[in-house]
Amino acid sequence: MARFLVGKLLVMALQVLVVATIVFSLVRLMPGDPAVLVLGTERGADPAAVAEMRHKLGLDQPVLKQFATWIGDFVRFDWGESIFDGTKVTTYVAQRLPNTIELSLVSIALAALIGVPLGMIAAIRRGGLVDMLLSSIAALGISFPVYVLGTFLILLFSFKLGWLPASGFVSFADDPAKHIERLALPALTLALGLAASIARMTRSSVLEVLNREFVLALRAKGVPHAGILIRHVFRNAIIPVVTIIGLQLGNLIGGAVLIEYLFNWPGMSTLLVKAISNRDYPLIQGCIVVISTFFIMVNTLVNLLYGLLDPRVR
Amino acid sequence: MSGIWRRCFRNKMFVFSFIVLVPVILIALVGPLLAPHNPTQIRPELALRPPMPGYWLGTDEFGRDILSRLIYGIRPSMIVALGSTALALLIGTAMGVAAGYFRGWTEQIVLRVIDIVLCFPPILLALMVVGFWGGGVRNLIIIIGIVYAPHFGRIAHSATLQVRSQEFVESELSLGATHWRVLTRSILPNILSPLVIQVSLTVAAAILLESGLSFLGLGVVPPEPSWGQMIGDARGYIHLHPLYVLWPSLCLGVTILAINLMGDSLRDILDPKLKGR
Repeated sequence: MARFLVGKLLVMALQVLVVATIVFSLVRLMPGDPAVLVLGTERGADPAAVAEMRHKLGLDQPVLKQFATWIGDFVRFDWGESIFDGTKVTTYVAQRLPNTIELSLVSIALAALIGVPLGMIAAIRRGGLVDMLLSSIAALGISFPVYVLGTFLILLFSFKLGWLPASGFVSFADDPAKHIERLALPALTLALGLAASIARMTRSSVLEVLNREFVLALRAKGVPHAGILIRHVFRNAIIPVVTIIGLQLGNLIGGAVLIEYLFNWPGMSTLLVKAISNRDYPLIQGCIVVISTFFIMVNTLVNLLYGLLDPRVR
Repeated sequence: MSGIWRRCFRNKMFVFSFIVLVPVILIALVGPLLAPHNPTQIRPELALRPPMPGYWLGTDEFGRDILSRLIYGIRPSMIVALGSTALALLIGTAMGVAAGYFRGWTEQIVLRVIDIVLCFPPILLALMVVGFWGGGVRNLIIIIGIVYAPHFGRIAHSATLQVRSQEFVESELSLGATHWRVLTRSILPNILSPLVIQVSLTVAAAILLESGLSFLGLGVVPPEPSWGQMIGDARGYIHLHPLYVLWPSLCLGVTILAINLMGDSLRDILDPKLKGR
């Protein structure tokens, strides 16, 4: 077990290092001089200012030394300051990252709460109303862009019914009720796509377990139907469902980028989009490294979870 | 060939996607002739109007005609989707076939590169590159092409492995055929159908990614319209002018649905073994 754990953590560290290297090279391979881009067209025309900015950004050093410095600073959480307002990149990240994590976790939980029961009902009442609705809605949910789904939900719940605010953010400490009101729609939008895959996976997994011989044996023994379903079928059927949740996390994080923007949710992605529009390179670097690391960590966690659920994986 | 067409038109999903996609492609080609107004002309006095004669779908926040912008907005999406898919097909197939045919260290390197690229969500990779290099149609084609090349690479690699191990390849080589001849005459034709299926899936994914980036304001450069960008612009006016966000959302959703269904039906038609999975 310890070896499995250490191995996974080493792979994770390696992946983060690859991301850091890619980000480093992308900045150096940018068309044009980063120093001029940072200064803007007006001050970029002044050679003295450019030379000073190149020195400040460390661009006058040999590439390998630049790389060593960048990795060193990166590991020590010294990610530089925003060009725009001089705030430390880490300050921004500390503000925004919890919101992204909150949105992602709530969406996953919501998706499991919607998807697993729906999938079970569809499997038990095969060919019934839930089953038919599920297969047609799942096809729609998978091909519709997540933000189109989001706009439809806004039009329905916010514009037509007036139940929920369309966008914005209120911190939990200020007003918990308003916070949850504004979290509801983005979380639901993100959850629906994931819920569709979870429901489909649960359905096929439950159907497969229902056909095994031990279920027949339990029936013959006289175990009540509900007891078989809950204590035996469900427990056997849930492992592939965890797998599908893990596989879909990438989509969820990709979707979160668009959903945060649609709902003005102040997370990492809205920060990244703002940084890109402002050409705020240190902030872009920080955001990309953090989002990628978050993604890699989540994937590693899912892998570890398989190891716990299914000893054969180790 | 006529047999394939007949099978296509017996498939309901294919017919539906055909009915949706043919007009979309035609409009992309001849759009400028159809649009009633200039899509970038600003008329502040007409801002955010509901549908009315002459402006059949209403106007946006700058008084531009929404219908004209929808019509013009297809073209960049299509160019980006087709261009990047062609690029991905080219790079991915070349890498995958080389890896599956020559094996050895070529295979090791190709597979490791594919693994690295595939382990990130496509939009994150695209944002990484757009963030430093900027958007625009040309950059989007390159970026999205690179992001989706590994999918083709993986498929081409495993298909090539299968074909490579068959006896007719071995006998051709022993008869003195060059590697180039074997690759182009024997390997490529035999791995075509999984690649065709992947093409339709990638076109849908590329439109999705392009519209996603444009939605964030980082894709197709304004004032040139694109559906994703229109949704992004309209999101601030949902309460004032709900139809503004509805039109591009519907267009985008239905188009992507149609391309995906086209992919599914092609898979059923070209590869009957997989049917029902």
